[in-house]
Amino acid sequence: MLLIECPYCGARAQIEFTYGGDATLSRPGDLSAVETKEWLDFVYLRENPRGPHIEWWHHSAGCRRWFKVRRDTLSHEISATGTPDSNLGSGSV
Amino acid sequence: MNFSRNLALKYSVFSLARNAFSHHERWPEAWRSPDPKAEYDVIIVGAGGHGLATAYYLAKEHGISNVAVVEKGWLGGGNTGRNTTIVRSNYLLDANARFYEFSLKLWEGLSRDLNFNLMFSQRGVINLAHSDPQLDAYARRGNAMRLNGIDAELLSREEIQRRVPLLDCSRKARFPITGGLLQPRGGVARHDAVAWGFARAADARGVDIIQNCEVTGIHKQGNRVTGVETTRGYIGARKIGLAVAGNSSRLAAMAGVTLPIESHVLQAMVTEPLKPVLHTVVTSGASHLYISQTDKGEILMGGDLDGYNSYAQRGNLPLIEHVIQAAVSLFPFLSRTRLMRTWGGVMDMTMDGSPIIGKLPVEGLYMNGGWCYGGFKATPGSGWVFAWTLAKDQPHELNAAFNLDRFHSGWLLDEKGAGATPGAH
Repeated sequence: MLLIECPYCGARAQIEFTYGGDATLSRPGDLSAVETKEWLDFVYLRENPRGPHIEWWHHSAGCRRWFKVRRDTLSHEISATGTPDSNLGSGSV
Repeated sequence: MNFSRNLALKYSVFSLARNAFSHHERWPEAWRSPDPKAEYDVIIVGAGGHGLATAYYLAKEHGISNVAVVEKGWLGGGNTGRNTTIVRSNYLLDANARFYEFSLKLWEGLSRDLNFNLMFSQRGVINLAHSDPQLDAYARRGNAMRLNGIDAELLSREEIQRRVPLLDCSRKARFPITGGLLQPRGGVARHDAVAWGFARAADARGVDIIQNCEVTGIHKQGNRVTGVETTRGYIGARKIGLAVAGNSSRLAAMAGVTLPIESHVLQAMVTEPLKPVLHTVVTSGASHLYISQTDKGEILMGGDLDGYNSYAQRGNLPLIEHVIQAAVSLFPFLSRTRLMRTWGGVMDMTMDGSPIIGKLPVEGLYMNGGWCYGGFKATPGSGWVFAWTLAKDQPHELNAAFNLDRFHSGWLLDEKGAGATPGAH
């Protein structure tokens, strides 16, 4: 069982949370000024690192707020969590 | 490979009797462990079922035997040895249905073709419906399967109860069963034997299988591959085929390619062995469970992904509890059976739930991956079409739809209609 530190509620068991995927992706800006390829890359392509990964989690059975987690995809160790505007470093090493 | 060695390697009732006289201590090795050559026509990365099948069909169907299969660990030690061994072709979409049915037909003759008993058992695969709309959806799927020449039977609740006596088909069940879809030709196979059988048959045709040899880099000259850097030194190659599902993103990244894939951990588990109680494979999409009984008697179960990116080959307890709850709700007799083992494997989860078998945007580089949950049943078909693609530098019509470009051209193969959420397929 993962123990996840919600930045708003504190450490809670994994079953209170829902995973939201890679948090390093940035949504392309102005729709009319962006090439289709850039959109498709955003929707489909993932770095998928083996090691540190910055990801979204949702405290779905708690405060229902989204936040960021820095977790190692090989060891599952969580090294940091933070609010959505926090910078937890880059996903891949 | 000379003729007498091939003869000595042939398994039969006579070789069994002959070796009984020497107390089974003089069986020849099933495959060699050669040192890598300086260069090969084709290097396959990954000695799981898919990589070994690819090497076998390259040699058998295309006469290309100057082939190495390089493997970071031991042969068949990844997902080939970690799956729940289910073989089926009950797909809705044409491209999937045709490909998996082709694979199922190869399975039906594979033990004889490889001279290796794969213990392929066509005991049927039943998908349970738990509501009338779900049964309607299965009727549609069954019709689609039949239009593609695949066997399918819609079963009533009473018929399911007759075939699976210990399944709780009562109206009081947590998720009452309304019927189901049966593929009679579906079943299970001995997963390790698939790796061993393909390895032995590929080796007999001159393929070098090189274990404990991890690829650490892919060399390119311009936009063309020239070889791989490994823990046992540089090996040159004219063509490189990646068959490393679970780690496809990492290998493709070595050549500068980003894939529409996330790696997730999927768990499976077995109980202590029981007498024969479950004679078919039973799956329930609503309960997130697939379950069968192995030839050793263990009840073998699997369910959903743990749900977060992982390369760990091990998962967490909440998912195990979820699978066991589903199993006990459907099969109440399991409640007092002890769980013996759990394990995990790393899945390539693609953005549409279908595999990628084809050319990558680097000359001479090909991939076979993105298998999501479903790679084991595809093993012979996947090897066959991947060998074709490597030999002819173009996809066979059976894997043309599994190209990487579909994510940018819009021709997705989303069997479940789940969208670009890899964990949901």
